[in-house]
Amino acid sequence: MSSTAASAEHLLPASPAALLEVRGVAKRFGTRDVLKDISLNVASGEFLTLLGESGSGKTTLLRLIAGFEQPTSGQIWMSGERLDTLPPYKRRVNTVFQNYALFPHLSVRENVSYGLRVKKTSPKEIGGRVDEALRMVKMQEFAASRPSKLSGGQQQRVALARALINRPQLLLLDEPLSALDANLRKQMQSELKALQRELGITFLFVTHDQEEAMALSDRIALLRDGALEQVASPREIYAHPATAYTAEFIGQTNLLRGEIRRSIVTCGVLRWPLEDADGPATFSLRPEAIRLCSDGKRQTSEVKFHGTVRQQIYGGATELLEVDCGADQLLRVRLPASGLITGENDFVFTLADAIRVKE
Amino acid sequence: MYSRAYKTLASLPPLLWVGLFLLLPYVLMFAHSFWTVREGAVVHEWNLSNYLTLISNPVYADVLFRTMRIAASVTLCSLLLGYPLAYYLSFHAGARKELLYQLVIVPLWVSYLVRGYAWKTILGSEGVLNGFLQYLHLTQEPVAFLLYSPFAVVLVLTHIYTPFVFLPIYAALEHIPRPLVEASQDLGAGSAQTFFRVILPLSLPGLLAGATFAFVLSLGDFLAPLLVGGASGTMIANVVQSLFGAAFDWPLGAAISVCILIITISLLFLSERLEKRWSFK
Repeated sequence: MSSTAASAEHLLPASPAALLEVRGVAKRFGTRDVLKDISLNVASGEFLTLLGESGSGKTTLLRLIAGFEQPTSGQIWMSGERLDTLPPYKRRVNTVFQNYALFPHLSVRENVSYGLRVKKTSPKEIGGRVDEALRMVKMQEFAASRPSKLSGGQQQRVALARALINRPQLLLLDEPLSALDANLRKQMQSELKALQRELGITFLFVTHDQEEAMALSDRIALLRDGALEQVASPREIYAHPATAYTAEFIGQTNLLRGEIRRSIVTCGVLRWPLEDADGPATFSLRPEAIRLCSDGKRQTSEVKFHGTVRQQIYGGATELLEVDCGADQLLRVRLPASGLITGENDFVFTLADAIRVKE
Repeated sequence: MYSRAYKTLASLPPLLWVGLFLLLPYVLMFAHSFWTVREGAVVHEWNLSNYLTLISNPVYADVLFRTMRIAASVTLCSLLLGYPLAYYLSFHAGARKELLYQLVIVPLWVSYLVRGYAWKTILGSEGVLNGFLQYLHLTQEPVAFLLYSPFAVVLVLTHIYTPFVFLPIYAALEHIPRPLVEASQDLGAGSAQTFFRVILPLSLPGLLAGATFAFVLSLGDFLAPLLVGGASGTMIANVVQSLFGAAFDWPLGAAISVCILIITISLLFLSERLEKRWSFK
């Protein structure tokens, strides 16, 4: 079953390549448990995204790793050394802040060189490395500008250069693209990904945007109410969501709630065979797993149903149908765009595409 | 939209107020400074004799310099007290912040005179401090310089004006976005480096505003020297006061006032220019 594969992945013992190990970390603010017993490994060179709604604890986890907060219990290790007992300025971790947090009284060059200057690096080396960092983010010509004179995207680049110039083992990014408009965000996403590949630095990225998480990450750690819901690669988490929450959070889905009795699943008007114990069951069926069945025939591995198209939403390459299968059961169906579809139609989906999920 | 007549009517009272109670007195003061006194009456003859007296008689320059020394000392002392206090409240006071803030503000509600007299009872030869020193046998005789000295003036003025220095600094510190402090630590700076490289530069406009308050207010103060200054602690405002009062030489008093006004306005102007240059919003 897919769910066991996914949950087994974060129960694995620390792999030798693990750069960061979060071991049973919990964080409580007053009476509120913001994080509950989080265990997570981040491999060296990995791009891992902490994904979750606001209030899920993703930013708190990032702040614990950066050192701005102390865990209530648990430990954090990096490269075989205890990290959570060190003050922030002694950690080989750098952060790109949500609103960039550039120093307003310093020029771009002074902002970028800040980390080297506080560590008393020689002026000669600072000069070379600042030029290199500014070149990397294509901001050489703005070296003398004040941050207030820059656009959001440019400030973003400066914040990246300022963090990366310190050659951190781990870069933390706290919703760095959320303040940018849609086009710029897409562009920065691909630049960020390219930069990460080129530098080979481990990125721990926080976002609430599941599309962004899918586009960038090697693995996604989905947080819900302070606990890890699922940790898996984007493909795995989309194709095999472990829980109903994951299935609905990542992409669109139809959640089918029904029950199994004598090896037959019944979800509203849909019925198909499944060898499993009797009891209630929930399935996730992606809209694109459903196809039109124009000839009315189905294979033995398929489920056929009859429904009325209530609404058709055109989306360029695809269109989304809302199909009423009777008894108030609405299913969303995504088809390749091919003109108007109305009235009653037959639809099919493959049995294997109905993914059993936990509630 | 309001009609033109309404606008004119509405702006009349404040204009009258400013004209009657601010502009007119200044004009009168300015005019007086070019007149003279003869046989106990002000003579409306235009000349520069008052200003020449100020330059030729070293007494006035001495008092003016002493006044500026005292004002500078008050500024320095209240900065040394006010800045650390504001820094502690803004960054480290946690839950006690509100209470401590109120405690700093409360003395502002107590009359200046009461606070001045309180210091007399503390500093005087029969005062609390001397009594304590003698009780400890640290001194045999009362320590004289505690009261009726420039030291006493600086002490009282520092006590009175420290909240005025504290407030703008506190406001400036509160406006520093906390992620900037975290960014500094994140980039490897400890507390001291973060303070000198980020917090202090960003609070400079507040510091300057506070310093200007303390200096300008001390410069024109006449109550503290009157209460605790004695002869050696006399300040320029006391001279003006006696010229307008007992000495009945309004023109000379007006000339000194014009000089103080020029100094004050130049300081405010300079301070505003610097504040603009140091703010990064």
